[in-house]
Amino acid sequence: MEALLAIMIGVLTATGVYLTLRARTFAVLLGLTLLSYAVNLFLVASGRLVVASAPLTDQGLDTYPDPLPQALVLTAIVIGFGMTALLVVLALRALRETGDDHVDGERGTARRRGRK
Amino acid sequence: MSHLPILPILLPLLAGSLLLLATGMAESLRRSIGLAATLALLPIAVALLLRVADGTHLVYALGDWPPPFGIVLVVDRLAAFMLLLTAVVALASHVYAGGGEDMAGPQFQPLFQFQLMGINGAFLTGDLFNLFVFFEVLLIAFYALLLHGLGPRRVGAAIHVVVLNLIGSTLFLFAVGTLYGVTGTLNLADLARVLPTLGPDEAALARSGALLLLGVFALKAALLPLGFWLPRAYGAALAAPAALFAVLTKVGVYAILRVFALCFGPDAGPLAGVAQPWLLPAALATLAFGAIGALGARGLREAAGWLVVYSVGALLVAVGVFSEAGYAAAVYYTAHSTLAGAALFLVVDLVVRHRAAAGDRLDVAGAMPRAALLGTLFFLVAVAIAGLPPLSGFAGKIMVLNAVRATGSAAVAWSVLLASTLLVVVALSRAGSAIFWRTDGSDGGSAPRLPRRGVAAAGALLVAVVGLVAWGGAVTAFAHATGRQLAQPSAYTDAVLGPGAPDRAMHRSLR
Amino acid sequence: MVLPLVILIPLALAWLPAAASRAFGWDPARTTAVMAAVSLALVLTQADAVLDGATIVESWPWMPALGLNASFRLDGFGLLFALLILGIGLLVVLYARYYLAPEDSQERFYGLLLLFMGAMLGVVLSENLLLLVTFWELTSLSSFLLIGFWRHEPDARRGARLALMVTGAGGLALLAGVLLLGQVVGSLELTEVLAAGPLIKAHPLYETILVLVLLGAFTKSAQFPFHFWLPHAMAAPTPVSAYLHSATMVKAGVFLLGRLFPALAGTETWFFVVTGVGLATQLFASYVALFRHDLKGLLAYSTVSHLGLITLLFGMGTPLGEIAAVFHIINHAVFKASLFMAAGIIDHETGTRDMRRLSGLARYMPWTAALATIAASAMAGVPLLNGFLSKEMYFAETFHVEWLGDWYWVLPLAATLTGVFTVAYSTRFVHDVFFGDAPRGLPKTPHEPPRWMKVPVEVLVALCLFVGLLPAFSISPLLSAAAAAVLQAPLPEFSLKLWHGFNLPMLMSVLALSGGTALYFARRYYFNLHGYLQRPLDGGAISERAIGAAVHGARRLVDSVVNDSLQRYVLLTVLAALALGFAGARGLAPTGAGATTPADPLTILMAAALVVTALAVAALHARRLLAVVLIGLVGLVVSLAFVRLSAPDLALTQLLVEIVTVLLLLLAMFFLPAESPAESSTGRRLRDATVAIVAGGATGTLAWALMTRPLETISWYYLENSKPEGGGYNVVNVILVDFRGFDTLGEITVLGVAAVAIVALLNALRLDAPDLDWEGRPWAAERYPLMLRVLSRPLLPLALLVSVYLFLRGHNAPGGGFIAGLVTGTAILLQYVAYGGAWARERLPWSYSNVIAAGLLIATATGLASWGFGVPFLTSTFGYVTWPVVGKFELASAMAFDLGIYLAVVGVVMVIIARLGGLSAPGAGR
Repeated sequence: MEALLAIMIGVLTATGVYLTLRARTFAVLLGLTLLSYAVNLFLVASGRLVVASAPLTDQGLDTYPDPLPQALVLTAIVIGFGMTALLVVLALRALRETGDDHVDGERGTARRRGRK
Repeated sequence: MSHLPILPILLPLLAGSLLLLATGMAESLRRSIGLAATLALLPIAVALLLRVADGTHLVYALGDWPPPFGIVLVVDRLAAFMLLLTAVVALASHVYAGGGEDMAGPQFQPLFQFQLMGINGAFLTGDLFNLFVFFEVLLIAFYALLLHGLGPRRVGAAIHVVVLNLIGSTLFLFAVGTLYGVTGTLNLADLARVLPTLGPDEAALARSGALLLLGVFALKAALLPLGFWLPRAYGAALAAPAALFAVLTKVGVYAILRVFALCFGPDAGPLAGVAQPWLLPAALATLAFGAIGALGARGLREAAGWLVVYSVGALLVAVGVFSEAGYAAAVYYTAHSTLAGAALFLVVDLVVRHRAAAGDRLDVAGAMPRAALLGTLFFLVAVAIAGLPPLSGFAGKIMVLNAVRATGSAAVAWSVLLASTLLVVVALSRAGSAIFWRTDGSDGGSAPRLPRRGVAAAGALLVAVVGLVAWGGAVTAFAHATGRQLAQPSAYTDAVLGPGAPDRAMHRSLR
Repeated sequence: MVLPLVILIPLALAWLPAAASRAFGWDPARTTAVMAAVSLALVLTQADAVLDGATIVESWPWMPALGLNASFRLDGFGLLFALLILGIGLLVVLYARYYLAPEDSQERFYGLLLLFMGAMLGVVLSENLLLLVTFWELTSLSSFLLIGFWRHEPDARRGARLALMVTGAGGLALLAGVLLLGQVVGSLELTEVLAAGPLIKAHPLYETILVLVLLGAFTKSAQFPFHFWLPHAMAAPTPVSAYLHSATMVKAGVFLLGRLFPALAGTETWFFVVTGVGLATQLFASYVALFRHDLKGLLAYSTVSHLGLITLLFGMGTPLGEIAAVFHIINHAVFKASLFMAAGIIDHETGTRDMRRLSGLARYMPWTAALATIAASAMAGVPLLNGFLSKEMYFAETFHVEWLGDWYWVLPLAATLTGVFTVAYSTRFVHDVFFGDAPRGLPKTPHEPPRWMKVPVEVLVALCLFVGLLPAFSISPLLSAAAAAVLQAPLPEFSLKLWHGFNLPMLMSVLALSGGTALYFARRYYFNLHGYLQRPLDGGAISERAIGAAVHGARRLVDSVVNDSLQRYVLLTVLAALALGFAGARGLAPTGAGATTPADPLTILMAAALVVTALAVAALHARRLLAVVLIGLVGLVVSLAFVRLSAPDLALTQLLVEIVTVLLLLLAMFFLPAESPAESSTGRRLRDATVAIVAGGATGTLAWALMTRPLETISWYYLENSKPEGGGYNVVNVILVDFRGFDTLGEITVLGVAAVAIVALLNALRLDAPDLDWEGRPWAAERYPLMLRVLSRPLLPLALLVSVYLFLRGHNAPGGGFIAGLVTGTAILLQYVAYGGAWARERLPWSYSNVIAAGLLIATATGLASWGFGVPFLTSTFGYVTWPVVGKFELASAMAFDLGIYLAVVGVVMVIIARLGGLSAPGAGR
């Protein structure tokens, strides 16, 4: 079980990093989203893995998951949501200002053309 | 029950929310409200500084939950000092913005307040995750203020800044998760007590968490190779926000000081001094590269950006020593580089706005109107930034030189520090003579008249810079007292968790 | 309190002349003169005591932590310099009054002059070495401004920069040396340092200190190979050259040699370095001076050469040599200043300084000619003049050097040779300019300058004669006091006599005079030849080119590293993080001792799904719509994973956030190109993939390492106290709104600010939606599917009901303000999708910012309420009420806080979706 979670985190990180290294704002956006998934799972994992339970003390369960990381993740999700929304709009604005969705604006595309 | 410690956070929060609510209100009125709220931070910071000047730690347990379970705010000399510094720079920046920049886009006033809330929160909190939250607050406000006025340059720069800092935030969370996963706590004082008790195996995990954290803070502090985004971003921002951003880099530096002095100090056992081998060389590289960048700069704004990198480098050299003397130097140099850096951006903006023809570029233009006043301002700020006597940069540099003397790499550090100073002197003398002396016959006349607020703001900051040397005795004495306090983390942990050995019963397995 | 005043009157009041002239129309020169005179008077009040051998020290702590104190010292040596600075200063003030052209700003000139005067006085009156360094750099800065006084002339700007660079660099070296001195001695107060001579010379750091200090001295005193800045500094107005670059500032270097004489001098290293440099400078400069056609150029090199002489004398380390050095400092200052002034007069009256154009001026300005001739003779060391005396002492001293052994003859020879050159160029200065036939084609017809312009020259020349004729009477007391102060020991017997009888020095003088004259009159034979040798020798041009190259190199370097490519910065960040993480984790065993839970098929399936979808996103990201759908799936699986990981709140939140995010991305899709061009090269993709895989492996391992180890945490506290203390069973929610409510407050602030920023970004942003949507359907205004309309109409109230329910139960079961807010938001969003922006906007009239602000304020107010009970911010309380239907119900203050969260979230979702969605609709962004 732990292994599975570790694998999920790893794969999400890998794909996230790969996409954040791409040249278009859209891909970067996807990458950052994947990275946030990864780190959220990681935070839950940092509280150790507990299955088939819940941090609800009226359920009379014998083992409880660590509620603290869950709370942190909630905060992280919300903040991440705000940031992602901002980045989306920023990307649109950049498209408008520079007429290009390259992360470096039209300079980026120009540079790449120059290289080709 | 004194609520003084939380005021630097609540006041901007309330002011910001109200200003947001009062969108319809006349801008002049909103401006005055914003100014009042900013001004009010000054007495609060002074009061706090006086309260902790004798070395006491003020601890404020939010929600009345006992630490380490709840979030605490902790005020010590360093925190109070940073609050004061922020208040001063914020005031100058706000006054400058009042010259018209705050009208360049919507909602400048609330954004400014939220920015202050985030910065002050980061200085005050004694909780690792809460530090993350305040980082995010100040970052989102930073993005918004960086974008203030919009335009392709700002939007382009903002994309870089946002993406890089989102990655930084992810790293921060990985670091928090790792440290929590090893120590089971988020409270800095508690961390400081638990970390030394770790076995070698857990220590390795904690170490990688700690170094990740260092990376995150370094990104905020614009330490190379993570700081390349800074010159362009600061150059793109309007002057008033840019001046305020002079504090932002210091938040990263502060975080390094706070976390690594407290949790990874000499008595952290296997984790003692994890950061030094990384920080010192990187800081020296930053210092050198900043100077080189300033020398190569084609424009005044670009040069200013690199000079910020340069002074952050010098500052982190002091921090990287991780000794009492190093901390003391860091405290003094922080004050210097924050005030001087802010002044630099304001002065540069005034100058550039008066070179209608050539603007930012370092080439020949018509004679500048009011060259005498602007030239004097520029000369003073240049002397301060370069670290020449008699201004604060000189005293700061001496403290840094003295601090690195103890380290193994003293010779290298000294050479880099002095050589980079020389480079900056050359760079600034070239820039200055190009802008103020090298004029073609033409009369660059019809530039706007000097905004009184702008000159006042820049002048005030320069006065503060002079004050750092005029009352240098008091300031350096305080810096050393702060250094001593940082070098003895136990006082901090005792103040937060009560004196005595770590109480293992506070940590239990959930299984 | 006298000494600080002496310095501060010129330094701190430098603005006075300008101000007074603006305010009361006072003549700046007069004001300046008065200020200098006051300082001089103050010095003279102390003179008697000092001449009797007293050392006056006045000290105040400044930055004791740095060893930097405001402590001042007046002894014989300091007195001598103070008198030079102020005395010659006064003459220069008078001279400049008539020299400066009407278009030159006298206010600026005298302000800067005072600035320099104060700084220079500071250098010579400092007891604390760091203070000395401070003033030292100040002299460099003020000299920078003075050389650049004629800012419009490129030479002036270049000369100013050059001087600042060289002397500034020396100052930094000096700073390092001084700090090391302080480390060795344990104090930076001169008294202690001078007393610690033996200790310093025995210390392993001695050589380092010596080199650093000497770098400071040599750059300032223009010693070879740092001499080149001085000739370029001649672009300054002549009064400045007379004052800074012959009489005072350039003497700071040799002053330092004298000042630290007891602490550093007398070792073999000292002798060979200092004497060697002095010798080289003296010979080389006197030679070059002969070939300068520019009057000031000649004088500049002559100055360099005489400074070399003084340096050499200090280098000998013998008492008599040191006395000669001090003596020559005085004499050189006097005759050289007068010569510069004479040169200035000639320039002023003829319009040129080129000796090839000047000649026979004696018939136009006989008086000036006479003065200049006397001064030049003093420079050449003609008997009966002051220069002769110190030169004789120098010649005599060249024989008393024990270090050289069999090479003892080198010094006398070099000295004589220098003497020859000196006589030659002195002769040239006089003969070329004043004698010969009348000049032709001069810009102006020359005549005597105004009366008062000559007075300073007359005074100085009178001094040359006075000292030269009656040394014992005139200068002896001051000289002995100064020399004693340098030596910090009783002086040996020395006599200032014109006639020492026929001896070797006498012979050398005769040789020098005759040889020099011969050399001058034989000049036509070698001048041209020399022209070729001369060219490559200009260090100024070389360093100018060096700086240019440095700037160019810096640009190249910076441009190559900082190319504003986000991808590079991201890569750097990721690599740095990996490096740090791995470095930290070295020696870590991936698998810990803790127990692990067995995997179950469902989870395996889930994990597999996640892996596949995530990889698919990475692989197909270029096809954007597909990518959005896929990432939606990933998010879905993640929220399922949260269910599996016993985190119901997370699952709910993740699900809702996912929906909103996907919708957001879809809306963005309308405006972004539907495809990313495949532009990264395969190599780049491989590189990135490798980095990505390493990063993934790292985080995976880290997670594994954590999960396989036991954890002792503080969380038990929340589980135990959530109900009794926090009044809720849902621990996560209680943590969010209570235990760590402060985080949440910050979190909604972030949301609020994000909304503000987004609106600012969308302001006046009009993007044109494509004519066809991604499925190729025409992009009609009426694009809202009927189904959705029918469904979503009743959906809104339902959703609101649900959110109320979620909100209320949140404290005890999964739910809470944030989740409720998202539900409401999503419902509103659906309305928007179904009915379009206009419809949504008119039915949701409230301004987003008010909703958000209200949310923030309610949350903050809730926290503040606790102040009323004398408890910290955000302290919660709760009680029970029985409601109809819902039944017994617990009401916590935290719920008010939660309400704030709810409102903030709703507001934000409204902004983001409605505003963004409204982009392509008319009236967007308003």
